[in-house]
This record gives sequence, C-alpha cells and structure tokens, in this order.
Amino acid sequence: MTALRGSELGSLADPAELSGALDLRREPPLRLLRFLRDMLRIRIVEEVVAEWVERGLARAPCHLGIGQEAIAVGVSAQLEPRDRVFGGHRSHAHFLALGGDVYGLLAEVLGRHDGVSRGMGGSMHLVDRAVGFHGSVPLVGATIPIAVGAGLAAKMDGEGAVAVSYFGDGASEEGVLHESLNLAATFDVPVVFVCENNLYSSHLDIAQRQPSDRVARFGEAHRIPSVSVDGNDVLAVARAAQPLIARARAGEGAALIEAVTYRHRGHVGPNEDVDVGLRRSLEELAAWKRRDPIRRLVDAMLAASLITPAAFKAHERAQRIEIAALAQRAEAAPFPPQSALLDYVFAGAAR
Amino acid sequence: MSEPRSTSYGEAIRLGFEYLMSTNPKVFAIGQGLWSPWYVGSSMTDLDRKFGRERVIDTPVSELACTAAAIGASLCGYRPIVVHPRMDFMLLAVDPIVNQAAKWSHMLGGRVAPALTVRAIVNRGGEQGAQHSQSLHAWFAHVPGLRVVMPSTARDARDLLIASVLCDDPVLYIDDRWLYERSEPLQDVRERDLRSEGCVRRRVGGDITLVGASYSAYLCEQAAEQLAPLGVDCDVIDARVINPLDEATILESCSRTRALCVVDGGWRAAGFASEVLAVVAEQLGPSALRAAPLRITLPSAPAPTSRALEQSYYPTAETVVRAVAKQLGVGVAA
Repeated sequence: MTALRGSELGSLADPAELSGALDLRREPPLRLLRFLRDMLRIRIVEEVVAEWVERGLARAPCHLGIGQEAIAVGVSAQLEPRDRVFGGHRSHAHFLALGGDVYGLLAEVLGRHDGVSRGMGGSMHLVDRAVGFHGSVPLVGATIPIAVGAGLAAKMDGEGAVAVSYFGDGASEEGVLHESLNLAATFDVPVVFVCENNLYSSHLDIAQRQPSDRVARFGEAHRIPSVSVDGNDVLAVARAAQPLIARARAGEGAALIEAVTYRHRGHVGPNEDVDVGLRRSLEELAAWKRRDPIRRLVDAMLAASLITPAAFKAHERAQRIEIAALAQRAEAAPFPPQSALLDYVFAGAAR
Repeated sequence: MSEPRSTSYGEAIRLGFEYLMSTNPKVFAIGQGLWSPWYVGSSMTDLDRKFGRERVIDTPVSELACTAAAIGASLCGYRPIVVHPRMDFMLLAVDPIVNQAAKWSHMLGGRVAPALTVRAIVNRGGEQGAQHSQSLHAWFAHVPGLRVVMPSTARDARDLLIASVLCDDPVLYIDDRWLYERSEPLQDVRERDLRSEGCVRRRVGGDITLVGASYSAYLCEQAAEQLAPLGVDCDVIDARVINPLDEATILESCSRTRALCVVDGGWRAAGFASEVLAVVAEQLGPSALRAAPLRITLPSAPAPTSRALEQSYYPTAETVVRAVAKQLGVGVAA
C-alpha cells in the first residue's frame, strides 16, 4: 500500500505505517481504561445503528464513524461541560465522547420523541447541551463559523470556556473555512478546529480534490497553530489537543488539529463502499483496519499487562448488553406527536 | 410635559440600539462598516464610542462567517444583531439565515433557540445598479422559523428593532434608507412582544384596501392622501411583519372595502404582493372583491443604473394613485 500520490501527510495517510500498538509512555492506567471504554461504547452504538439501517428500522441517513473513534475521545478528554462543541453529519462519536446520552442518541436515530432532539432530528441533528454538545447539522461546513461565534461568546464571558468545531476534509474545501479561520485568528477567539481528515469526501478521495492532502496548511495560512496527528492513535490525539485547548482556554487564541483517519464504512449507511471512488478498495480498507484505533490501544494495554484478554472480553460484553438494552427501549419509544410538526418552528416549547 | 421632539427613522434605529445595549449586557452588534457612517448612515452613529468596540464589532469582509458566528453566540446566551449594510451582500450569508437560524429550533426539537437579529438595509437608487438595490424580503418570508420585520415609521424602526432582539426567534429586520429622514415624535420605549405584533391600520377608509410594508407602506399613505380629494377613501394597512403574516387584519379590511391594491418594493413573481392577493382570494372567496386586485411592484428586471431608467423603475405615490383611480374608474389628471 502506498501513500496517496503527492501526499504531504506521508506516513499519517499510509495505512501500511502506524499500525502497531500505541506508545503508552506514562499514561495513567485509569485514563487508558477510560479511553478504551469510551471508544468501545461509540463503536458498539454505531454497530447497533448500522444494524438498524440494515433492518430498515433507521431510515434517516446515518453516517457512521466506525474506525474514527480515537479523535473525539482524545479531544473530549480535554473538554468540560461548559465548553461548546459543534459537529456535522458524522457526529455520533463527537456526541458520545462528551458523555452524551446514549439512550437519547439511539432514540433520536430512530426518530422517537424520547430522542435528544425529541425525534425531530435523527442521526444528523443532535444536541445535548448539558455535556457541552451544542449541535450537529449535516450541511457541510455550516457549524464551523457557528463554533467561532460560540467561541466569541466564551471570550466575551471571560471565564475560560472554549469552542470546538469538528469537520471533515470535505468541509475544508468550503469557502466558509477560510472566513472562519480568519475571523477566529483576527479576533483571538478561543476555538479549536478539529479536522477529521479521513481522506475521502463521500466517494472522492482527497488527491482528486486538493493539491495537497494536508488540511493543516489552511490553519497555518491564517497564523493559527496547527498540527497533523495520527487520528487512529487516541493518545497522540489527546497529547496534541491538550496544549492547544489549554492555550485557547488561557485566552491565547484559536488552534487547528488535523487528525488523519479512515472510516471503515461508506460515506452513508452500513456498507463498506469499496465500489465507489478510484482508490477505495478492499485492500486499502483491510490495511486501514489493521490500524484500528481500538485494537491498537487494546494491544498496547495487553502488552503492558494493564488488562487481561478475559477482562477486556468481559468489559466489551457488559457494554454490549447495556447498549442492547437501551436500543431495545428505543425501539419501543413513541414517535413525536403530530403537534410536534408545528410546535418547534418557533421557540416557546420547553427547552 | 412638553411634546417630544421629532425623531427621524434613522435616528430611531440608533435609539433602538442604544436602548438595547444600555438595558441588556448580552446584546452586541456585529457587521461590516459599523464604525463608519458611510455604511449605515445615521443609524449607528457613535454607538462604538458609547458601548465600546467589543460590543459594536466592525468585521472582516465575511458575511457568511459573521452571520453564522452570531448564531453561535446566540446559542450561548447572547442577543447579537448582525448588520448587513446592503441586503444584496447578505446573500453570501443565506446558509446561516435559511438553513441554520431558521431551522435549528425545529431540527433539534426546540432544545435550542437561535435568538439573533439579522438587520438588512435596503439601500437603492442613486445609479447604484443591480447589486446595490435589492429588496428580497419575499425570499426570506417564504421560510418557516424566520420572522421578517419591515418597519415603515420611526416609532416602529425603534420599537420593532427592540422587539426583534428581545424575541427568542431568529428575526430578519429590514430597514430602508429611503425612510431614514421620515420623522415623527416618539414616546418612551415600551417593550413589545414581537409575536403579538402584526398589521397596523395607518388610515381608515371604505373604498379600497392599500397594503404595503416598509417604504411601500409609506407610499400607500402618500397615495391615500392624494386619492382622498378624488373621493377615494383608502384603508391603509402597514404589514410591519411579513412572516408570519397577520392575515386577519388584511382580510377584515378587504371584506369591508371589497377592493385591494398591494404595493411591494420587490418583484412580482412569487412576491409579497402575490402572497397577499393569494390570501385574500383563498380566504374571502371568488366574489369578495368588486374589482380585480392590483399589484404594484418593480418591473421584472434587475435595477438599472442609468437615472433615465431608474426614474421609471421604482413605483411612486403617483404610480399608486393612477393605478387605483383607473381600477376604480375614478378620473385623475394624466
């Protein structure tokens, strides 16, 4: 497997590289266990959603981030409930990594009134303000400037909150990213831009869309501290995010993190979509699966005797049982009443 | 108490800002040219000095990001007013207005309320041409979830701005530079609930209903004055808020006068005037009017630059008078 032609990301974008166990250094074991638990939870929830799509239970478009869990988990480790996080069409992980309500997400995916958006949003429109997740919507790039505004509000509040904008490599081709980076840099806004560069926008790979595969260059052009990291290494993401978020919190302005990753499933839905685009292939997918962020952490923790295979299995099984129960409850939850159609057009219904 | 002094529409907008920023620390203004009279006329003079440039923010040339940033701030408890000195340029920010602000409450089940006010200024005439002239209120009035406010008087310019900003919904507040010198004495501010603000009858008459919003409502008032000596008593309805539209006031008037003329600063096709005609036809039935209803709109062409063409492009009070007189079979000097 060779890296993309003209790749500036080099090994970060080459699945033949960086597939070994993670370098744990002196990470506290509890922190590692938390990372493992959170990534697994996201993976299992999305597998439930994938199955729902296959069964025809979930009909709203579901964009799965299976394979990309390390990014949201690594970034969220630096965040607090008072922070303001915004996502896009593929945001289950962003929501869950903050501790967003699992049942509320599952019910929402099924369009049920118990959902976090009262069944009005489905997979692509999520919110849970209590944990700092202020909204995800699918229009590409739309929430980038909204996050800048939330950061501006945080700056006006002067209490050290930060905003986070998750977006993909496709959104880096929207003009609004330029406006947003410029605004954030000019006004010293405490916002951290997190680009999940999974190398594909829908069916087209980045080599067919940009002269370079390195999205961090846009941040640099706006004098914003920018780093590119292995997005399948939760520790690398957390180590990159920590100083940049701390810096924003201290009033030193915006930052950009480009986390290079790969989605195991297609752009939308549960299939692997190796039949679209020029480069995405079974071989490429298999290579990236060897770079699975969860497996790499598990391997490192096993090697360091921080967990045993049996304990890991038991933990995974417990999470699956817990999430299956929530899923079952969601399947039985009611749909929104007809009155909901008009109730939420304007403010006034209970928030 | 002495009679309050006369205040112009432009100054009234400034008073609205001043009231809001003095009474609510969460209000701020953001947009291009806010430190310059060149962009916003008399409507924001010295606000930056009085309230600081952190609350009256002049921005990079980024309509899209600044409008969306205001949404983000509103989701975090602020009450931003985004200013677009020309509505034409605001089109670069249609996504945040139409796809985001107007829909977040609905898409997210009422969990959030983007309580921002987008202020768009109509600034036309003076040979400025097609991209410096547009009144696109009808586009935005089409969108559920977005309130569209169009004041025609100084009092409304101030009080509806205040009501817009205090409202929990996204509001598009449109003011017209051609009204900036229109003056009237203002009483003290009384905070209003925008949700209860609808049409206002500016003049009572029984012969024909004239409906307009913003500068067009002013044209209706002027036309009504000229029509009175000809024996035509006009019921003049100032729409003020065109989405959601207060249909009841218009319907009541039309059912009494049984004649209708809508004056609209926008184009004819799928426009505000079309909407009013449709509401009346639909609600009052085929025999409700005794003459065919009239729409007085811009010609179906972009705004010209040449003054020779510009003069005939914009309807005037005389245009309205002639059309109404003809429709009702009343003699008027050619």
